[in-house]
Amino acid sequence: MTTELLIAAGSIDQIRSYAGAGANAVLIGDSRFGARLPGSIAEADLKEAVACAHDLGARAYIAAGKLLRNHELPALPGYLRAAAEAGADAVTFGDPAVWMAVRDAAPAMAMHWNVEMTGTNSAAAAFWSRRGVSRAVLARELNGEEIADFKRSGTIEVQVQVHGMTNIYHSQRNLLQSYMDYLGREASLVDLGPSEGRFLIEAERPDERLPVYEDDNGTHVMSADDICLLEALPELLEAGVDSLYIEPLLKSEAYNVAAIRSYRRAIDAWHRDPGAYEFDEEWLAPIRALQDPGRELSFGFLYKEQVY
Amino acid sequence: MNGTAVHAAEAAAGNGRRYRLDRPELLAPAGNLEKLKFAVHYGADAVYIGGQSYGLRSNADNFSFEEMREGVEFAARYGAKVFVATNIYAHQEDLPGIADYLKQLEAAGIAAIITADPAIVETAMQHAPGLEVHLSTQQSTMNWQAVRFWKEVGLPRVVLARETSMEEIREIKSHVDLELEVFIHGAMCSSVSGRCVLSNHFTDRDSNRGGCCQSCRWKYDLHQEQGPIGDPGDNMFTMGSKDLCMIRHIPDLIEAGVDSFKIEGRMKSIHYVASVVGAYRQAIDAYMADPAGYELQPAWEEEIGKAANRPLNTGFFYSTPGASEHIYEPEEKPAPYDFAAIVREYDPATGIAVVEQRSPFRPGTEVEFVGPGGRSFKQVAGPLSDTDGAAVDVARHPLQLIRIRTVEPVAPLDMMRKKIGSV
Repeated sequence: MTTELLIAAGSIDQIRSYAGAGANAVLIGDSRFGARLPGSIAEADLKEAVACAHDLGARAYIAAGKLLRNHELPALPGYLRAAAEAGADAVTFGDPAVWMAVRDAAPAMAMHWNVEMTGTNSAAAAFWSRRGVSRAVLARELNGEEIADFKRSGTIEVQVQVHGMTNIYHSQRNLLQSYMDYLGREASLVDLGPSEGRFLIEAERPDERLPVYEDDNGTHVMSADDICLLEALPELLEAGVDSLYIEPLLKSEAYNVAAIRSYRRAIDAWHRDPGAYEFDEEWLAPIRALQDPGRELSFGFLYKEQVY
Repeated sequence: MNGTAVHAAEAAAGNGRRYRLDRPELLAPAGNLEKLKFAVHYGADAVYIGGQSYGLRSNADNFSFEEMREGVEFAARYGAKVFVATNIYAHQEDLPGIADYLKQLEAAGIAAIITADPAIVETAMQHAPGLEVHLSTQQSTMNWQAVRFWKEVGLPRVVLARETSMEEIREIKSHVDLELEVFIHGAMCSSVSGRCVLSNHFTDRDSNRGGCCQSCRWKYDLHQEQGPIGDPGDNMFTMGSKDLCMIRHIPDLIEAGVDSFKIEGRMKSIHYVASVVGAYRQAIDAYMADPAGYELQPAWEEEIGKAANRPLNTGFFYSTPGASEHIYEPEEKPAPYDFAAIVREYDPATGIAVVEQRSPFRPGTEVEFVGPGGRSFKQVAGPLSDTDGAAVDVARHPLQLIRIRTVEPVAPLDMMRKKIGSV
């Protein structure tokens, strides 16, 4: 079996184009229950979206990874039932309230545990595995050794982000609106969302642009560089990582398609013959050609040793 | 308190309003053994501390097991408990030592751990059943289904996310019978707790294992494609939040059913911890003694103001924080009062106290003595002498013992403070 290549999709057209380019799975949903999605697929459209993915041989996962408030709970069981009826292959969750609702409303639904920055060890994953969860999404701040050890020690599928930006700060405060108000600007007339190209520059780090935006779920600060683990794929594949995620947020569809194609080629080449696998610079060229020159491609935390 | 039902006893008052009668816990931070003693002496029902491992304040003093035993013993004399924060998100390398560490905490008499990582939650339940497991705010729990989940897991208490509103706390309490702890005072992450890795990205320090370098309080230029949004001379963008202070809203918190009132600040000074704990202790006691007749006392707020340096606000309790809840101004001002000395002995026959110096003072310095329960008075320091009776012109040496006549009785662990900068 090949290693899964997964990407979030914000529309049925994107499902079609990403699955067509070689993604084995798509992550879809809306901002009521999912955070930082590239677009919204409404509950009423889930059936069509899941069918579209399945027709193209891709799995469809439902993004419900947000931290929830009381008033958001009542709509959850119906949403999960709709996802199950649509034939979705799994739901991702971070808040235990979603786990509770799946148990009650859609007990046959597979669950993926995604708590972003705090999915850091295999024992925590085992806690969820014993509660029926089939996959752990690892924090992007783990290094290669930790990823391998996590997979080796666990009894659960492991998903790792291989490409794109990462969220590095999430607040439920409306920090952009607050700053506009502080400056006395009429920001209520201004769109503060992800398409506006706003970024932060920390005073001591003039070369790093941190994308920032505000939506229904608060303020999001994103990494200044894009992870690109294409050259390091054998390390992850040998470790037995089950799913490789491409983050499409704040990228053009053409860029995301190029990234999918390149990773697809590399994954397929490795699976054909791991022993003979050699990295081909040509795989990286289409990504580089579309890469924002202000954003570096980096190995993220793959080779880092953090202190504390 | 334990995991069994804590039903809010309520009584009908003459005006038809119902008041809760069980007393909430006041939970205070203690960065080291001395701070623990002050927190307890000034009225904390429980304190939380950090050990040598698995805590989020890797730069704090933190307790050895021996110090924990001493702290537990000291607290027990006041009927107070000691909790240990084991609130990191563990990485693979952290896993092997957890069980042993928790057993040691249990053996030291620690009442509870405060934990977010399911790995530590489960290890504690299996290997150290004498420890209560309280779910840390690092799990950012803010809805009743999530609280119900952790109750099913077997935890007796959840520390709610700092984003939870008063109304949401009431709803949670009405749906689930479980102890709820909330932060009522101190510095706050402006991010959702645990959902910030700015330090990891800027400095390779792991914020969720205690390496946070408070990058949210750094200054940032906010840009759009056309250029910076602020004009030259404008204060820069920041994520830094004002500090939480709920002293004006104690009845709301009690009536919402909050079981434990938590003060932030394991890195804060003795002066800060004692002043803040003392103020909240008085407010809670005043409410419990006479809910219908409760009135906010300006002295409590003044007391907090003397030791706190950041501007204060009510966080998410009543609305989502906006422009006035963040700190755009460049400098934080120091607290208006300095901690000058601790009273170590007092002789009622002579009216002479022996105090231990914490910052310089001299004959003529205007000082204020403060004790638990809001007991305080001001005086001008008269002649000073050392313990051999030799006159002292300026008490300039840290920890030096100084004899001073006080105009009213004082007691050991009372504090002597002075206006900042005065000597």
